[in-house]
Amino acid sequence: MIRFDSVSKLYSGNTRPALNNVSLEILKGEFVFLVGASGSGKSSFLRLVLKEEKPSQGKIHVLGQQLGTLSSRKVPYFRRNLGVVFQDFRLLPQKTVFDNVAFTLQVIGKSRGFIQEAVPDVLKMVGLAGKTSRFPHELSGGEQQRVAIARAIVNKPAILLADEPTGNLDPVTSAGIMNLLQRINLGGTTVIMATHDAGIVDQMKRRVIELTSGQIVRDEREGAYQTQAIPIQGFGISNGELQ
Amino acid sequence: MRLGLVLGEAASGLRRNVSMVISVILVTFISLTFVGAAILLQMQIGEMKGYWYDRAQVAVYMCTATDTTGNCAQQEATQDQKDLVQAQLESPTLAPFIKKFEFENHDQALANFKQQFADSQLSAFVTKDMLNESFRVNLNDPTQADILIESLSSSAGVQDVQDQRSYLDQIFAVLNAASFTAIGLATLMLIAAVLLIATTIRLSAFSRRRELGIMRLVGASNRFIQTPFILEGVFAALIGSVLAGGAVIAIVQFFVKGYLADTLATTTTLVGLDEAVIVVPILIVVGGILAAASAGVAISRYLKV
Repeated sequence: MIRFDSVSKLYSGNTRPALNNVSLEILKGEFVFLVGASGSGKSSFLRLVLKEEKPSQGKIHVLGQQLGTLSSRKVPYFRRNLGVVFQDFRLLPQKTVFDNVAFTLQVIGKSRGFIQEAVPDVLKMVGLAGKTSRFPHELSGGEQQRVAIARAIVNKPAILLADEPTGNLDPVTSAGIMNLLQRINLGGTTVIMATHDAGIVDQMKRRVIELTSGQIVRDEREGAYQTQAIPIQGFGISNGELQ
Repeated sequence: MRLGLVLGEAASGLRRNVSMVISVILVTFISLTFVGAAILLQMQIGEMKGYWYDRAQVAVYMCTATDTTGNCAQQEATQDQKDLVQAQLESPTLAPFIKKFEFENHDQALANFKQQFADSQLSAFVTKDMLNESFRVNLNDPTQADILIESLSSSAGVQDVQDQRSYLDQIFAVLNAASFTAIGLATLMLIAAVLLIATTIRLSAFSRRRELGIMRLVGASNRFIQTPFILEGVFAALIGSVLAGGAVIAIVQFFVKGYLADTLATTTTLVGLDEAVIVVPILIVVGGILAAASAGVAISRYLKV
């Protein structure tokens, strides 16, 4: 589903790479937490998957496509298979909840009939059935994030990328959002979530990839936010993979 | 792609940027009016060339008793000399180039002079033997006057061989300079228009950067993203072009056909609405293409992936 082969990313004017020789594979239907301090390379990783950036070195395969060979004309069509959610929601303030979600489908050329059917469905799924004609500023943070998630998944993407989706939310609301992401994952969508929220990671017991200074220092099944079991071995494995 | 949505986006962009759009309209209007005027001026020059070159003659002036220039030595050209020149004009070497020629004697020359300078006191002092007799030659191809000048200048009794086109060329040089000035101004204005369109589109894109970011994120195709902006630029420029077209037609209708036609009367032919009608679509196409190109370049930075 997603494979990184010795990928490095160096931003110009910065001697330290954002990602340094990262190799990993994420399979279909996985739920992956991406953890690490700010500036450890989590966001760069997500941007590389989206092909918003080009890797300085190495190859990236997403959904059977080698991103390096993808022409820029085809990138928009590639992105239709990916959903993205951000910490700051990124909703359009002058559009209603319904229109925010419908906008996604309109700009990729879906028919009016399809939109009329798909948007209420997805809003019902995220629990906003009764608030379709509200504007974003009339909603709470959790509700806004649900709209953003609805927008990301309305096109039934194979992969959902979430960049600190609970970063602005209180623990209870966050739990609701995680519940939603888990349901989306159960539907077969691969979810990759960058987060600083230790509680959520510890509770969910899913695959955890930890980045430090652009390198993978841990890749653990059913892991926690911080290494609990035999950290030395963990280091050994990931270093071995790097070579 | 949904046409309604694209048009709606373009319309909302135009609404948001009204003042910039108006300035784009005005700048394209003025610059294309200059372009149109330059084209009209060139057409007018072409028209005058056609008209005047047809009538322009080569004059072979024969000596008078007072001339000292050319082959003259203060002696009236003799009948033999005149016959010789006439024979040369009728000879197989020159005849193919000549449409017709006629001889103007002293009496006719004086009559013509008095008619031309009727208002001037000069005509009272001029006597007929001060004026040259001449052969007035119409050529098949007015540009071949040199042949006549070369073969007749050295003939005995010929004072001078003059191509009247050389007088006209000065007039055309002035008109050409005017039209090049118009083209120069038009070019400067067009550069300003192109930059202004680019700036307007960048502003418009900047004010919609949230939408653009989301569009790119959810996989809207580049064409879908850029089309509303290009339409926006083209729409503004087209209004300017149409206004410029209207101005060109107004210039022809009221200035050329009204004022100039009255003033110059029958002196020359002037451009008419037929020519103006050719200029208008040129202006509209130029305006549209320039706007589309500059808007396309301006928006392209928002499409980089």
